[in-house]
Amino acid sequence: MPQLTTTTPPAPAPVKRSTLTKNQLPGWAMWAVLAGSLILGAALSSLIGFHIATWALFSALIYVAAGYFVTLSVEGARKAKDRFATNLVYAAFIVALLPLVSVIVTVLAKGIPGLTPHLLYYSMNGMTGTVDNETVANGTPVIGGVYHGIVGTLLITTWATIISVPIGLLTAVYLVEYSKGGTLARAITFFVDVMTGIPSIVAGLFAAAFFGLVFGPGTRTGFVAAVALSVLMIPVVVRSTEEMLKIVPNELREASYALGVRKWRTILKVVVPTAISGIASGVTLAIARVIGETAPLLVTAGFVNSINWNVFGGWMATLPTFIYRQLMNPTSPTNTDPSAQRAWAAALILIIFVMLLNLVARLIARIFAPKSGR
Amino acid sequence: MSKRIDVKDLNVYYGDFLAVEGVNINIDPKSVTAFIGPSGCGKSTFLRTLNRMHEVLPGARVKGEVLLDGEDLYGPGVDPVTVRSQIGMVFQRPNPFPTMSIRDNVLAGVKLNNKRISRSDADDLVEKSLTGANLWKEVKDRLDKPGSGLSGGQQQRLCIARAIAVAPQVILMDEPCSALDPISTLAIEDLIEELKNEYTVVIVTHNMQQAARVSDKTAFFNIAGTGKPGKLIEYSDTAVIFSNPREKATEDYVSGRFG
Amino acid sequence: MSNTLTEGGAKGRAGDKVFSNLTLLAGCLILLVLFAVAVFLLVQALPAFTADPAKVTGGEGFWSYIWPILIGTLVAAGIALLIATPIGIGVALFISHFAPRRLAQSLGYVVDLLAAIPSVVYGAWGVAVLAPALVPVYEWLAANAGWIPIFAGPASQTGKTMLTAGIVLSVMILPIITSLSREIFLQTPKLHEEAALAMGATRWEMIRMAVFPFARAGVVSAVMLGLGRALGETMAVALVLSGGILTASLIQSGNQTIAAEIALNFPEAFGLRLAELIAAGLVLFVITLAVNMIARWIISRHKEFSGAN
Repeated sequence: MPQLTTTTPPAPAPVKRSTLTKNQLPGWAMWAVLAGSLILGAALSSLIGFHIATWALFSALIYVAAGYFVTLSVEGARKAKDRFATNLVYAAFIVALLPLVSVIVTVLAKGIPGLTPHLLYYSMNGMTGTVDNETVANGTPVIGGVYHGIVGTLLITTWATIISVPIGLLTAVYLVEYSKGGTLARAITFFVDVMTGIPSIVAGLFAAAFFGLVFGPGTRTGFVAAVALSVLMIPVVVRSTEEMLKIVPNELREASYALGVRKWRTILKVVVPTAISGIASGVTLAIARVIGETAPLLVTAGFVNSINWNVFGGWMATLPTFIYRQLMNPTSPTNTDPSAQRAWAAALILIIFVMLLNLVARLIARIFAPKSGR
Repeated sequence: MSKRIDVKDLNVYYGDFLAVEGVNINIDPKSVTAFIGPSGCGKSTFLRTLNRMHEVLPGARVKGEVLLDGEDLYGPGVDPVTVRSQIGMVFQRPNPFPTMSIRDNVLAGVKLNNKRISRSDADDLVEKSLTGANLWKEVKDRLDKPGSGLSGGQQQRLCIARAIAVAPQVILMDEPCSALDPISTLAIEDLIEELKNEYTVVIVTHNMQQAARVSDKTAFFNIAGTGKPGKLIEYSDTAVIFSNPREKATEDYVSGRFG
Repeated sequence: MSNTLTEGGAKGRAGDKVFSNLTLLAGCLILLVLFAVAVFLLVQALPAFTADPAKVTGGEGFWSYIWPILIGTLVAAGIALLIATPIGIGVALFISHFAPRRLAQSLGYVVDLLAAIPSVVYGAWGVAVLAPALVPVYEWLAANAGWIPIFAGPASQTGKTMLTAGIVLSVMILPIITSLSREIFLQTPKLHEEAALAMGATRWEMIRMAVFPFARAGVVSAVMLGLGRALGETMAVALVLSGGILTASLIQSGNQTIAAEIALNFPEAFGLRLAELIAAGLVLFVITLAVNMIARWIISRHKEFSGAN
């Protein structure tokens, strides 16, 4: 989108006022308004006890209002409205940026101090409130880590991927390549849409209810959690794969059929390879979406302090539930700082996982895209 | 390595809609036959029924017989896949497989069907097919480069090489030059001239000069109006169609009075 | 009758059959899973509906139990929507029509990344940073606007209130609304925009004349999808809100949402309590389902219109 500068082209001050530049504010006018607003805002703010937040708030309000009236008096009502809307859009952008920047800064500031090799290589096995109390009393480094949580997150996410990807891919192939727009295909499309909207906690409840009925109440293992995550992951995989298969040109399918190649081989050897970069990046994004899910894990995987490599037996810790538990039920109720430090470090690790997956998805899309170069 | 095609009373339907009606035509082996006619007259549709490619579209079906050296393509127990491996097809727009190299594109028919082929046999087949498509000299040094990196005309010849690599009896061409520039078109037309020494070639074209230049026989298709089925109006030697046609409609069309 | 056309087909055809059936099976499995979700939730939830009302939490039956937390869910999502909708549309407009092209692309990517930040992280940020920061604001509101019921004092001293939860939710759904709206804004036909500009319209007039009419349905559905996410969001609320009984004031502790209620109580629940929570999940499922279906319906209707133009 090219920038549409119809309002205030930065016109060099003309010697002779032409008809095209008359009734137009000079380029410095808005800067002057801004400076005035900042001063006035500071004054107003100090009336109620100066604070940087109130200063910014008052200055912004004054700037938006003053900008409107100044433009109104010189350039007319239409330009004034345009100025007002432009300022509001910029304001919305800044307001949106604040919390998002704050989230990132907080995670970095609070997470980096706790991000030690010890955190990565040790679990919380044997960690009690007493240990944390001693740590605080003696001022020694925090001990106890998230190794068990990383293991759990990776295992559960891997199993969720193993379940979701074949089902998702095959369903997408059915929808794009085999279905003829019949009732079944429309039902599947509709219910895949429905599945995208399932709240994650409900997906967790489903898995818990299902395994509870089949294997007895209170069955909680990593695998139950993987099933819950699959319910969330399958629709994402189906959707993205469907989109990618649809943009494979029909001409390629026809070319393959015309060579006497069977449909299933055409799909596996021509259609899917052509779309593979998009499919792979879609799957990666789906993994990124579920790796940070917390709610379904709380109700399906349980929580432990020790390492569990077996997804089919026993409770299992994960990074998100680790963060949640450390914040909600600190290891030592009296000295919560060590728990908070571990939680933020774990949050940083989790975000790094998610960002890496997003990055990998983009790389896959770029590297494996069909080459057209000469 | 070429067979004749005899079509008897063929009707083509899309769902309930009759698209092409009552075609009878005999196509000789080792000849070039051109289908001409205005847009929407069913010539491409009919061409696709000759190797059952129309079945790719949902709801498309035919009534009648298409005999390949006396064997009905639509007989019971006939697998469209087998039909297509004997009757190859080249499309309007060049469509090399983007994920494959030039070499793999030529071998696609073999490899996609999971047939085993030794390295030296494969090399021979690639050279033979590309030579047959007049492309060998241009690409022999870059066989491992992607096929989509070639020019439009080269891509179309690569598609022809891909088609002849599976050793078909018949090659169908659906407006093979309509997306190409004049020089590439000339190269393809020269190639068609050579292909007829080994294969039965059927070509659909919008370009009457092209039909006149390359074909031995020409079939003129026409349509009475929108929603009416397309019909084969006249089928004869190309020289007759263009100089002394039997039907008024044919004469009008080839002389440029409509269409 | 055998000839060159009929030989050697059977083996290959079996491959086709097996593969197509496999894909069909996968599709049906999805239907089955969704059906199972509904059935298992219903079966496990049934005791909550049929139990002696006195034994249900609260002592007055399931509907009296679910009612306050349902209201809480809607209020939290409502606050989130109220805040995120104008800002989200503003940010989308900024990226699509105001920001320089190069900046816009990377901003779009950053917004997509923010949508991927795990909800538990947003929750942790809400409880550690936002809630304490809002305490003075709540005190000021209680002192100066306390006569409005939703700002009635005394203000929470931890900041862990419904309003804080709503704000955290709005931050979470902001990237969703922004990225969907941005897509729609960018699809506005260039010709319409240029026609408006050629008439001497200012940028804002062009946006009102060309962009908004085209994008209205898409933006509405983006907001609906954001609403669906806000309704079902669990962790942010569970961490941020210091829950309790239904209260009108948004700046005191109290209120609860369905999702947080489930997450907080499920680990220790068994028997009837378990059934209650699953029934609550079912209610949540039905509501989000309705919201999402309305959103899809708006999108599909919009598609029919834009396809013709």
